[in-house]
Amino acid sequence: MTVAQQTPSQPQIEKSVPVPRNGRWAGFRHLLGARMLELAREKEVVFWVFVFPLLLALGLGFAFRNKPADRTTIAILAGPNAAHIQELIQNSQQKGAIRAEVVDEAQAAKGLRLGKYDLIVEPLSADKVQYHYDPARPESVQSHVEVDGALQAAAGRKDVLATSVVVSSEPGSRYIDFLIPGLLGMNLMNSGMWGIGFALVDMRQRKLLKRFVATPMRRTDFLMALASSRLILMVIEVGLLLGFGILMFHMRVLGSFFTIILIGALGAISFGGLGLLTASRAQKIESVSGLINIVMMPMWILSGVFFSYERFPATVQTFIKLLPLTALNDALRATILEGSSLVSQTGRISVLVIWGAISFFLALRWFRWT
Amino acid sequence: MPAAVECRDLRKTYDGKVEAVRGLSLAIQAGECFGLLGPNGAGKTTTIEILEGLLEPTSGEVSILGRSWKSNPRELREYIGISLQETRLSEKLTVRETIELFASFYTQPRSTDEVLSALQLNEKADALVGKLSGGQKQRLAVATALVASPKVLFLDEPTTGLDPQSRRQLWDIVRAFQREGGTVLLTTHYMDEAERLCDRLAIVDHGQIIAEGTPADLIERLGGHHVVEFALSGNGHIDNATWQSLPSVDSVRNEDSVICLNVREPHRTIPALLERVDQQSAQLERLNTRQASLEDVFVNLTGRHLREE
Repeated sequence: MTVAQQTPSQPQIEKSVPVPRNGRWAGFRHLLGARMLELAREKEVVFWVFVFPLLLALGLGFAFRNKPADRTTIAILAGPNAAHIQELIQNSQQKGAIRAEVVDEAQAAKGLRLGKYDLIVEPLSADKVQYHYDPARPESVQSHVEVDGALQAAAGRKDVLATSVVVSSEPGSRYIDFLIPGLLGMNLMNSGMWGIGFALVDMRQRKLLKRFVATPMRRTDFLMALASSRLILMVIEVGLLLGFGILMFHMRVLGSFFTIILIGALGAISFGGLGLLTASRAQKIESVSGLINIVMMPMWILSGVFFSYERFPATVQTFIKLLPLTALNDALRATILEGSSLVSQTGRISVLVIWGAISFFLALRWFRWT
Repeated sequence: MPAAVECRDLRKTYDGKVEAVRGLSLAIQAGECFGLLGPNGAGKTTTIEILEGLLEPTSGEVSILGRSWKSNPRELREYIGISLQETRLSEKLTVRETIELFASFYTQPRSTDEVLSALQLNEKADALVGKLSGGQKQRLAVATALVASPKVLFLDEPTTGLDPQSRRQLWDIVRAFQREGGTVLLTTHYMDEAERLCDRLAIVDHGQIIAEGTPADLIERLGGHHVVEFALSGNGHIDNATWQSLPSVDSVRNEDSVICLNVREPHRTIPALLERVDQQSAQLERLNTRQASLEDVFVNLTGRHLREE
């Protein structure tokens, strides 16, 4: 006996002759549509995902823009021979690259400490000077060499070896070129972890997940819709940041857009998996926020977002290269800046795939809908 | 014909120690509105969530429309509509978008416009969920259940926290659903809701059904349909037996300083009561009579009030 036959007097809720109005993918389409609408209407999301990375790129790009690197500011200690030193500098070939100020000892020491001066020149007598500089500061070291060269030459030293230089300052080697792929990677990590992890726990806490599984909704549709919304956002994120780099900083993108999107998708999915994993059991948004930050914090510092991880000791670097954000950043940089193909970076790709696969496997085993 | 909703000897133990449901059985016929009435923490929500297939019982059998949750849960979900206690739907979606989202999960849902007008949400169709009042949100929650065009509707505390007008609106919606042949199971701790809405109800306390029947039946079983409440000033304690022996009195209970008599015929009891008070040289401080309610049934069965926190 079918269910419909049990209640023959209710034509309004008759279901014995099903005329399916909703197709297989109706649920998926609506879930994805609802998710995109929600994101678009959430001003905070729009800011953190789209505006914030652009502001970061803009701010850092200008702060670390390539200023004339050969210009150095130095202090000459006031005294009877200060004018002579200044004259020597004025007569040197490097006079355009050296800005000299005559100040007293206290001011000079303070200026050196604060980074205003790269070097202090203390004239001991008419033909004897003493340099004060900080060997830990590259610009201080450089200034020492440069000023010494200028003074020696102006005082009559002859170069015995003839040299010449070729200057190279092309797009691709500047800080902003390094920064933008890193920001892109970081952004994909942030929005993957928050957009999946936080969103899921929020829905669990609001009992919305429970409400959804109380319907015939397919759970796979729900997760696929969430992942698809991430991929759509990813394409916009990548387009915006790269477009911004190209327009504002004349960045040169050597790799194909298709390869970049493919790597972006891999990153978005991989971090989406990590987000899913952090969200698999947490009942409160406070606890998942903590978890997400614990996972992301080390990668912000270690994975070469703002500066190269080559600065860390070699032993640590092996570990750093196994982090998903490092793999993503390296892959993005190699593709965008050097035009590397996917095939040439199987190592990085494997790191991303393995992180994603393990995360998804564990997350789907542990995930609680209620 | 199998019952629309049936369960036998349902038990649920959390973490091996907290016994939320302790051997609960019930059968709800198609077309019936059945209520689980009980105080907070009685096990109503655990029971209804087991029946909805959202919680696994520790032991016991559940059958919905003659099927088990184990055989084909997704198909069974096509036939039931659920409103959970306090679901917070997405605030950034409109009412219409929310209903359409839920409709998309069912093979053959009702049309969104039909549900909107049935639940008097037409005017709010394009408003964001976050901007709705409590009553409107609750109606939307019921709308997401009714869009399934279900045979059985489960409502967990549907009117908790609502103003009187919103409560009545929801009652009308439930009655309309029932008129069309739907079966309803609801939980409530409001006795007036149970009394007005339910064809039959079960009073639940400590995870067990302690009484079951139509509201009128349950009140009938009290013995007296009327309650005489009075308070005395004056000296000394007067034993309840003094009042029990008055004519037409069924039972006596004390609530603080108020004495409550369950009475069959107040016109016979009250003159005798006044005389007895006089004999005891006490003064009446107040006296009133009223119809007995489910609250009295609950107090008589458990010695506690439904709303005791």
